[in-house]
Amino acid sequence: MSAQTHFKTPLRPSPFHPRTAPLNRLNRWGPWAGQLNALCFGDVDMEYTAIRNAASVYDLCAMVKYRVTGREAAEYLNRLTLRDAGKLAVGGVHYTAWCDDAGKLLDDGTLFRHGPQDYLICCQERHLPWLLDSAQGFDVAVREVTEEIAALSLQGPCSASVLAAAGFDVWGLKPFRMAEFAFQGGSLTISRTGFTGDLGYELWLTPDLALPFWDHLMQAGAPWGIRPIGSDALDLARIEAGFIITNMDFIPAHQALREDRPRSPLEMGLGWMIDWDKGQFTGRAALAAEQARGSDWALVGLDIPGNVSAEGSILYHDKKHEVGMITAAAWSPALKASVALAQVQARHAGGANLWVEIYALRELQYVKLMLPVQVVPRPFFNPPRKRATPPARV
Amino acid sequence: MRSCDILILGAGVNGLACATRLAKAGRSVLVLEAAATPGGGAGEVEFHPGFRAPALAHLTQGLDPRVARALPVAFHPALTTALQGGITVKGGAASVDAAAWSALHARLSRFAQALAPFRQMPPPIPGAGNAWSRLVRPLLGLRGLGQAELRELMRLILINVHDVGEDELSSDALRGLLSFDATLGAWLGPRSPNSLILYLDRLARGADPLLPVGGMGALAQSLAKGAEAAGVTLRCNARVARVVVADGRARGVVLDSGEEIAAKTVVSALNPRTTFHQLIGARHLDAGFHRRIGHIRMRGGAAKAHLALSGLPALADPKARLVIAPSSTAVENAFNPVKYGQVPDRPVMEVLLPSAHDSGMAPAGAHVLSAIVQSAPHAPRDPVAARAAMLENSLAVLEENIPGLRSLILHAEILMPQDIEARFGLIGGNWHHGELAVEQMLFNRPLHGADRYATPVPGLWLAGAGAHPGGGINGAAGWNAAEALLEAKG
Amino acid sequence: MTYDAVIVGAGHNGLVTACYLARAGMKVCVVEKNDWIGGAAVSRELYPGFTYSNCSYVSSLFRPEIMRDLELHKYGLQILPYEGGAVFTQDGGYLGMFRDHDANRREFARHSARDAEAYDVYARDILRFCRFIRPMLMRTPPDPTRLRPRDLSELLWLGKQMGGLSEAMRAQMVRFWTMSISDFLDEYFENPVIKGYLAVSAIIGTALGPMSPGSAYVLLHHYMGDVDGNVGAWGFARGGMGSITRALTESLRTSGGEVRVGQGVEQILVQNGRAVGVVLANGDEVRGRRVISNMDVKRTFLKHVPEAELPGDFVKRIKAFKIRGSSGKLNIALDAAPVFPALPEGAPNLRGDLHFTDSVERMERAYDDWKAGHFSADPFQDCMIPTMIDPTMTPPGKHFMSCFVQYAPPKIEGRDWTDADRDAFRDACLNQIEAYSPGFKDRVLHVETRTPRELEAEVGLTEGNIFQGELTFDQLLFNRPVPGYAQYRSPIKDLWMCGSSTHPGGGVMGAPGRNAAAEVLREARLPSPMRDAYAVL
Repeated sequence: MSAQTHFKTPLRPSPFHPRTAPLNRLNRWGPWAGQLNALCFGDVDMEYTAIRNAASVYDLCAMVKYRVTGREAAEYLNRLTLRDAGKLAVGGVHYTAWCDDAGKLLDDGTLFRHGPQDYLICCQERHLPWLLDSAQGFDVAVREVTEEIAALSLQGPCSASVLAAAGFDVWGLKPFRMAEFAFQGGSLTISRTGFTGDLGYELWLTPDLALPFWDHLMQAGAPWGIRPIGSDALDLARIEAGFIITNMDFIPAHQALREDRPRSPLEMGLGWMIDWDKGQFTGRAALAAEQARGSDWALVGLDIPGNVSAEGSILYHDKKHEVGMITAAAWSPALKASVALAQVQARHAGGANLWVEIYALRELQYVKLMLPVQVVPRPFFNPPRKRATPPARV
Repeated sequence: MRSCDILILGAGVNGLACATRLAKAGRSVLVLEAAATPGGGAGEVEFHPGFRAPALAHLTQGLDPRVARALPVAFHPALTTALQGGITVKGGAASVDAAAWSALHARLSRFAQALAPFRQMPPPIPGAGNAWSRLVRPLLGLRGLGQAELRELMRLILINVHDVGEDELSSDALRGLLSFDATLGAWLGPRSPNSLILYLDRLARGADPLLPVGGMGALAQSLAKGAEAAGVTLRCNARVARVVVADGRARGVVLDSGEEIAAKTVVSALNPRTTFHQLIGARHLDAGFHRRIGHIRMRGGAAKAHLALSGLPALADPKARLVIAPSSTAVENAFNPVKYGQVPDRPVMEVLLPSAHDSGMAPAGAHVLSAIVQSAPHAPRDPVAARAAMLENSLAVLEENIPGLRSLILHAEILMPQDIEARFGLIGGNWHHGELAVEQMLFNRPLHGADRYATPVPGLWLAGAGAHPGGGINGAAGWNAAEALLEAKG
Repeated sequence: MTYDAVIVGAGHNGLVTACYLARAGMKVCVVEKNDWIGGAAVSRELYPGFTYSNCSYVSSLFRPEIMRDLELHKYGLQILPYEGGAVFTQDGGYLGMFRDHDANRREFARHSARDAEAYDVYARDILRFCRFIRPMLMRTPPDPTRLRPRDLSELLWLGKQMGGLSEAMRAQMVRFWTMSISDFLDEYFENPVIKGYLAVSAIIGTALGPMSPGSAYVLLHHYMGDVDGNVGAWGFARGGMGSITRALTESLRTSGGEVRVGQGVEQILVQNGRAVGVVLANGDEVRGRRVISNMDVKRTFLKHVPEAELPGDFVKRIKAFKIRGSSGKLNIALDAAPVFPALPEGAPNLRGDLHFTDSVERMERAYDDWKAGHFSADPFQDCMIPTMIDPTMTPPGKHFMSCFVQYAPPKIEGRDWTDADRDAFRDACLNQIEAYSPGFKDRVLHVETRTPRELEAEVGLTEGNIFQGELTFDQLLFNRPVPGYAQYRSPIKDLWMCGSSTHPGGGVMGAPGRNAAAEVLREARLPSPMRDAYAVL
């Protein structure tokens, strides 16, 4: 219990910080899960363009990671999460979520199966007490490994080509699968996953290899215009892809101060995840009851007329009654449309006579818009290249 | 595979009360008991050749009236309580400070009577959805106390018993008795807030301690015979290894022997933590619920001493209940070290000579002394040393109060909370399968979500002392559980 | 002349009541026995050049609505938030508290990775309870046995508050109100140092230990305040706690109110069953249409009102009112800043509360000493060095240190404190600090030691109880101070209560004073100068 100096740098710098810091021309940083994270390196439009046009690199180190190992790892994860972790093949990844007893979401995240009894959970928020409590009665070990793994997200139509140039043949790697490669005496895990709705990979390695790997990747990607991006550009891409983010599109149940704020997976459009055939999981009874009774809320994707972002706007039924709230919105450069994610009272999820009131600040005056919205399927942007295996060589 | 309608785990007072009520309603009931004889905490043990003692509980404040009607038990006349200095107390009559004791006793008894109806129903829900019709009578009973008394009840409901003694009594001996009786079987001292309500609960069960004719073993036998007469099948030496849960529902049990018994409904009168953590298991429960089960506090603070005596000890009234608790402070001081896992130098205790009432308890001329000694640590660092120290300190206090006692001792044993846990499955040695404390009462007993006898596991019910309103050789929890089950057509 | 109101005692609550009444147009006079104003919220120069907050020493509970209504900013009141805090461990280490969430999490994780994250859930849960209770602070408790229209409407309001919670939350809240802080913390945390640090607020000012049921509520009582919206945060009043009462006094004078110091009340005058004024120690009479006592209820009714004027039941209840001295105080002038070698260079932890009891058990053992009639051999201390933040209280480079100490009984084994007891008490405290800050004692220029004896004699708090009455359920809400008299009125017509003996209790909060003023004004049918309490969103 020696004295610490963490109070001088409350936000931990990422293992890639020595490289990303000089590149961050505007010095725009924000906190993410206790880590210093680039919001933008200098030009959000060019960073977004790299995601959809070439190759982009996003520092994922802050992602909270838990390693679950042991004889009953699969049983444990089945009781913890909504999907059947036993059905996830070794070398596979799935998107999942977990709830409290009341069936309200604690978080969503990706689950990686490294071995029959070896899983990795990657998520947005911290859950150690919950994961340990859930481990009672299971022969399993749960350990936080956030700082033991460095990670980058390489996304964009040229990302496979960049990896090939870097000496990693991922042409045959299918979505939601991962593969291991040697790198400088260590190992690099590449999973075909991402948060942009585009072709892309996530790259996992030990922190000691972070800087050499960064240099290697940036050099290999230079011909394609590889570019580090911050969370502003990523947020735009994820909205186009229709992905939700914990604490932005829903409040995790263990953090919510107001009891009515947490949302269930059914309410957040994640009902498809629930494996009702696998037996007990935490929140099952509550979710079954909700399903029988009907949910209070629904997550919807919206298409909004015009080109003004509807961020933070309120939804109305018949222009009069408040029925929901936009949680993420942007004008999409890819679609040339204003799109949004919103929580809406379930009975209005069909979108009939649904309106959004936008306050657009233009030179110190608000322009008030009351616009009819249309409920549309997500993802808004869903290019075939996202799934194509092998990806196009570009 | 055998199968039955309702399977009850545990043939203690609550298990038998529950079984009897269900059998009388025409249900087919099988009760499984791990021990060789029924009774649970109300059994009897031969602790030395020829010497029999109440295995755990040695007195009761009386059975729940509904249970008493269904399962008649013969009791000796209510016992007088003897204190040091020749002071005697019976109900509202005390030989010192008589007016003050009688006024306090009368007032607290009125409060207890007003609260007693809540013992005979599932706890009210802390919100909408109550069966309000059922609450009308108890609420009117409270209102019937009148404005002044109702105010006084609301002031006293969570007060500490020590202050009440200080405010209302002048005799240290009576203050000691009040504090002792309030904290008997609890894990707190008399200066702890929320201690008076435990005394009210005791009064609600009965004003004076009762001893069954023939001893506690006889009580257990009466209950078991009565249950069987009502149509209950009782099976001893049948320890349950786990409850079978399939498709999210309890469907029966597997015994230690491997035998499976299927049932439409499983009712556990065992400890709630044992029930959920051991018999059901984490994988059939929500994680939060499983965790909260682990938070139910089950610290036992009482030890049980048994002495085989070669002759009659020097007691003014051998048939009385002797309470050695010279003052409220003495009770508090006996509790202090227990907070840190240590043994008190001068424990306080309730002493009974069962052989003075029922001669069969000991060989002719010899006697058995049974004492509940407070407070004892439930998790001492060195259990063996703690047991030895507890016995020695208890004997020293006894010798001071009953001169010559030590020379009569043929054999002495003391059961520490950990021994009580091992013998009776009472976790932490706590008599109530979970401390009877305000924060674990009513809708928080044993915990919210399983507080009205039904549990999150369909087909599994709770009926033991861990459920509302707690234990004390009373049977109310078991009876309430049966009624709730019948109402729900479970 | 006859005042509209004579207020007995120039403590913060008396002054708050006086300010509101004066603003409503009443002619008010506050009478104070000491030569100075402030009661237990004072800044006093007891060593040349050093200002001591020699009673209360930090602020959080003082209601911002009162500061706004009475425009205390105009009179110099400023609350400076803490910047840290620490508990020193017996193995030479420490657990620090930081304002930054991530720094704090990483500090906790040094002791337990699990607890570091559990703390967030714990803090959320406590905040939920605070949000429930805060709206009750500035309301008059209903009498649930009388059911007049106002009582009924208040009960309905309470019911509505409860109705806003889920059933599970209600059950959880009932548990919390009745539990011990030790048991409550055990449900979240595993590390004894973290538990020891967090249990602190559950015992300050109370004659309960951390293992006593009901102590969790006492913790909440210390968490339901805020510094500028930061609920549960504490801070220093710039210039010492006297700045609060000084600002109130200025505000009062601006509204035409008077304060008379140096003459205490000998007797509250009762004629034909009505309070009509007071007689001062020097024989002077101050006449008023009503008398409002800021003294604790024992003092008010057992010492300054003829017993014959009071109903027997009421006197009995007041006599049984629990007002137990449990704390003492050291006020220390330091030649230089103390050094705590455990702390890293430049750490902000000294700019907040410092503790030396690194487990709940040590705090509980300190309480056992109190029950036995001794001051604690290994005491719990809540130490502050306000001059780490506020440079106005001492000469540059020098420091004032305030050490709040538990437990100190009102009597030592049933007899009065002697000067020798007081010195032994002081030494026990100083030695404890010296163990963690070698050389500390050499830096001490002056110590003022205050046991319950001094607190009672000087401030007038019976037994030296800082809350004017224990904060247990039998003395809270409609039971405070006694059942049937929780609405600031006494059995004697025109004799009112406005001190911490009334709802919602002690601490430099001002809510009892404001609530009492609201009742007086309602009965006098005068328009209220109060703006609504902040809504909880």
